[in-house]
Amino acid sequence: MSLGDFLHMGGYAGYVWTAYGLTTMVLALNWVSARGNEAEQRDLAMRRMNIDKENRT
Amino acid sequence: MWIWVHKFGSPPHAYRLLGKLAPWFGWPALGLILLATWWGLVKAPADYQQGDAFRILYVHAPSAWMSMFTYVVMAVAAGIGLVWRIKLAHAAAAAAAPIGASFTFLALATGSIWGKPMWGTWWVWDARLTSELILLFLYLGYMALRSSFDDPQRADRASAVLAIVGVINVPIIHYSVKWWSTLHQAASVTKLAKPSIALPMLIPLFIMIAGFQLYFGWLICRRLRGEILRRERNASWLNEAS
Repeated sequence: MSLGDFLHMGGYAGYVWTAYGLTTMVLALNWVSARGNEAEQRDLAMRRMNIDKENRT
Repeated sequence: MWIWVHKFGSPPHAYRLLGKLAPWFGWPALGLILLATWWGLVKAPADYQQGDAFRILYVHAPSAWMSMFTYVVMAVAAGIGLVWRIKLAHAAAAAAAPIGASFTFLALATGSIWGKPMWGTWWVWDARLTSELILLFLYLGYMALRSSFDDPQRADRASAVLAIVGVINVPIIHYSVKWWSTLHQAASVTKLAKPSIALPMLIPLFIMIAGFQLYFGWLICRRLRGEILRRERNASWLNEAS
């Protein structure tokens, strides 16, 4: 099987590659969003803590 | 056991444990998903009826499976939170919702892309497709309901009720192809008798499902850590925590 045949997907290239591309995108966005959320919440928690500290002194 | 529950339930301990667990899910997930993608796109033989279009199965069926699996996880966590008043359980339910919504969207979208060449239409209002769409609305409704409360405890309780009531939709999705006449095909893998897919086509499917499951494990670790921090008013332990 040549690379051209592989990419052609028996005439279903548009459907198959769109489905796999979309899947890659959703999985990647999940990664970015989970990481981003964690970092953001960590940042906010740290900030809250520092405000508490300042209020006490 | 209760000592263990309380120890794990304490935010710093859970936060650290989840951080340690995450890579044990993440790396195997990446490996299995890549392996299954290669196997499904290159190694598996083309279907004698559907040709290469059937390869969409390897992303469609695992996402559809995860959409239901995640909902059950969310509903069980919400139920535990409601009955035993465990905050961490509510946090887990909240962490699961966006993951489940994304898998449901993916199941619907890849199904639509597969439906066009096979059925000649992007969408039909049959029982399987409609109940899966309702699942997406349940996830979105759950998240909208949560964000409509300022008080996290009220948000937990109200959204938990919605999550638990909505779980009735999961068996409806699963059995919809049996109970109603649908354009969607009947179950071919989860039959108690022999599955009606040839083994060389089935192996990459199982690898992909395993990969998606592990990826879910990684995602829930990360999101739950975020959720724990969001609820923590005094995170002085964060300085020592990794």
